[in-house]
Amino acid sequence: MTETTTPQTGPQAGSFRIKLEPRLQEPPRWYPVAVSLGAIFIALILGGIVIAFAGGDPFLSYAHIARASFGNLGVISDTLVKATPILMTALACSIAFRMKLWNIGAEGQFIMGAFGASAVVLAPLLSAETPAWIFIPVMMVAGMLAGALWGFIPGYLKAKFNVNEIISTLMLNYISISWMNFWIFGVWSEGGFQMSPRFPRTAWLPRLLDYAETFPILRGLTTHAGLLIGIAAAFVLWLLIYRSRWGYEIRLIGDNPSAARYAGIDISRNTILVMMVSGALAGLGGMSEITGVVHRLQTSPVAAGYGFTGIIVAWLAKLHPGVIVVVSVLFGALILAGREIQPSGVPKMIQGIILVCLIASDFLLRYRIRIIRAGSEE
Amino acid sequence: MATSNQTTLPPVVTMSGIVKRFPGVLANDHVDFDLMRGEIHALLGENGAGKSTLMNVLAGLYRPDAGVIQVNGKTVNLSSPRDAIKAGIGMVHQHFMLVPSQTVTENVLLGLDEPRFLMRLSEYDDKIAELGKQYGLDVDPRAKVWQLSVGEQQRVELLKMLYRGAQVLIMDEPTAVLAPQEIDDLFETLRSMTAQGKSIIFISHKLNEVAAIADRITVLRRGKVTANGLPAKGVTTQELARQMVGREVVFRVEKKPAKPGEVVLDVRDVYAENDKGLPALRGLSLNVRAGEIVGVAGVAGNGQRELSQVICGLRNATQGEVALTGELVSNRPTLYGIQRGMAYVPEDRTHVGSSPNLSVTDNVIMKKYRKPPISHGGLLDMNEAGRFAKELKEAYDIIVPSVDTPVRLLSGGNLQRVILAREISGEPAFMVAVQPTRGLDVGAIEGVHRLLLVQREAGSGVLLISEELEELFSLSDRLYVIYEGRIMGEIQLGMEEPSDEIVEKIGLMMTGTPLDKIEKEAAA
Repeated sequence: MTETTTPQTGPQAGSFRIKLEPRLQEPPRWYPVAVSLGAIFIALILGGIVIAFAGGDPFLSYAHIARASFGNLGVISDTLVKATPILMTALACSIAFRMKLWNIGAEGQFIMGAFGASAVVLAPLLSAETPAWIFIPVMMVAGMLAGALWGFIPGYLKAKFNVNEIISTLMLNYISISWMNFWIFGVWSEGGFQMSPRFPRTAWLPRLLDYAETFPILRGLTTHAGLLIGIAAAFVLWLLIYRSRWGYEIRLIGDNPSAARYAGIDISRNTILVMMVSGALAGLGGMSEITGVVHRLQTSPVAAGYGFTGIIVAWLAKLHPGVIVVVSVLFGALILAGREIQPSGVPKMIQGIILVCLIASDFLLRYRIRIIRAGSEE
Repeated sequence: MATSNQTTLPPVVTMSGIVKRFPGVLANDHVDFDLMRGEIHALLGENGAGKSTLMNVLAGLYRPDAGVIQVNGKTVNLSSPRDAIKAGIGMVHQHFMLVPSQTVTENVLLGLDEPRFLMRLSEYDDKIAELGKQYGLDVDPRAKVWQLSVGEQQRVELLKMLYRGAQVLIMDEPTAVLAPQEIDDLFETLRSMTAQGKSIIFISHKLNEVAAIADRITVLRRGKVTANGLPAKGVTTQELARQMVGREVVFRVEKKPAKPGEVVLDVRDVYAENDKGLPALRGLSLNVRAGEIVGVAGVAGNGQRELSQVICGLRNATQGEVALTGELVSNRPTLYGIQRGMAYVPEDRTHVGSSPNLSVTDNVIMKKYRKPPISHGGLLDMNEAGRFAKELKEAYDIIVPSVDTPVRLLSGGNLQRVILAREISGEPAFMVAVQPTRGLDVGAIEGVHRLLLVQREAGSGVLLISEELEELFSLSDRLYVIYEGRIMGEIQLGMEEPSDEIVEKIGLMMTGTPLDKIEKEAAA
């Protein structure tokens, strides 16, 4: 009977065979953490082998990566700057993925967030003399609204007409890039350059270096308040998902839509709302990036693929907001250090290997491996 | 003609002493079956009687634990459908196995070694059109399968088997998916095939159809043959009904006499469609009073699922209405009924009744999370939810290491207790329970039955939809019989066991005879 009920693989080599059994009991709490760390370790070994083949020294390379991203206060700050937009897009993806809505459009929502926030300065909705305490909140709201709109469109199409959200969100990414370019190349172009004018100082998010006069140690550190906004967003999202009525509905729909319907939950309404919140979070990321780092609307630093990295980070963190904060910082480090050792290639490859190993390791959480010696009964 | 063949030729198929065990079930218990050339042999029985298992053995899908299969007098070893089709046996399953985006011809050729490289489909189109004409299977070979009606798709399945040279065709409940007109067409096709020497096994649980089409009838009950190859002429439907339903020693549960109160659920002349858009309920009316258990008996697929869904607001009625304690609940959001005291124990525990990866706690608050004490404002009080879950775990004997365990790790009986605990703890005015004991072991069944009776004593109305007559007899105060979306009749059950006469009546109603007609005939 077991042959038909349990998947079976592996060499049927004479002396023993390997049998995979679905886990019937919850593994202990430390187990998933250990498996993930083990997977990363194996990924680093595999990556090291590839580096060695490419003619590099794996140990030196890894040491270099570590130094380049965590070696001193300056690079740690740079790592955190890189981590901030990833953190927000990953949070955006995580809430949508939680409901099994495959929002591939965090990139576009991020761009729209950047656009919405820029519009406050450039339209202009507020004059350049507006104090920061008005400017910043208004830009946050504008960025989130623009992102939410970009999430609403695929959400509404999905809820009303069952349009596949993967395709619609993906396509909306391209539209958003063209939309942004339209404004940068034309209306808001600064003297014909493909960028908008610089924002006034009051529209900048505070950075650590702003306080260098009082604390000299902060000199040159560009970490900005967007990181705090992101961490606060992670906390709010955790509260929403695990401690709120609405979060319960989202988790229930994500796990079993039929059961959610049975419990009287309106799935269409939640589809639209979750896509809007997802879009708003990505939009907040876009706002934080241009007000914290770029300080103007410009294509390349904004449409840099943070939305896509967010998908990976959300997935690796198993959609848990707290874990997303940690994984985002690690990815920020990889991006930063990657540029140190090679403009492209090896760092991306290491990212890829880690991702594949982590996803594969998930298997060990669901199945047990048993080795059965020949002759012995099961 | 059939009789002369019987004397001169060996049966096309002989199955003797077939035994097939599944964990906990003896699906076929030394079953004998034979099929003559050119006959339609009906295999009759309730759900779970072992009809499909027996035929899956013959089609090479299951290997029997014991028994011999002979085809044309020679013993064969059928270990795959490929072996079966080589021996000339083809099965048309209830759920078609077709590729919707491909044409009829492509579907027929799928899996064959021809054409070898170049497709030359038009040649095959003609061949298949020819074959169709020969057997009265009218379908355009160039049409894509998704464009075809269900009846036409069935013809494609038949063509597949005929093209592969099948001499014996097994039809697994072929009429279940068909409209009445299509059924007539199918019967005509089947007759033309037998006239050309094919033999057909017709699996069904509908007496009138069997009487209309079969030459001989074999009845299975709980894995055993109760009537072997009876000639269809001269056998009465009463007799068949009795053979099919039978009398088991009914396991009685201790219960006090019912004290029925007000009507809590009133279903008035409801019509509804199934997922395929075919009529599933056709003018169905019933009611349930407070403090009684009302059973709905019937063979699966006669509208039970749709009935429960319409009552709970998960499916819209196309006509008619459902009232809960006097208030209209049909065609309203599911939540509307829940808030007015509707509880529902769905047939599908894992896909509808629970959320497998969420914890026991998350599963028991499914209908309570909207209100204090579980939630205040928009926030959930997880401590309170955990306390509530622990309370239910104690009160309902849910065996689980912790209330944080995901429910996918629970056994069937424990999961059902979680669901019942959740539904009952809401102190509902009315509860629908569909097949609440399916797949449970004896101990768990007893527990579920006890909980249903507690519900009744607490004064709520229970509608128990089940295919287990035994269960219905031991629990129900009244019993409706459903057939093709209509109520065939209503029977009062006393405290004592129902008489043979009543059982026979129920059997007849389950197979399509209305109660008033039965009584008129009995009077005549």
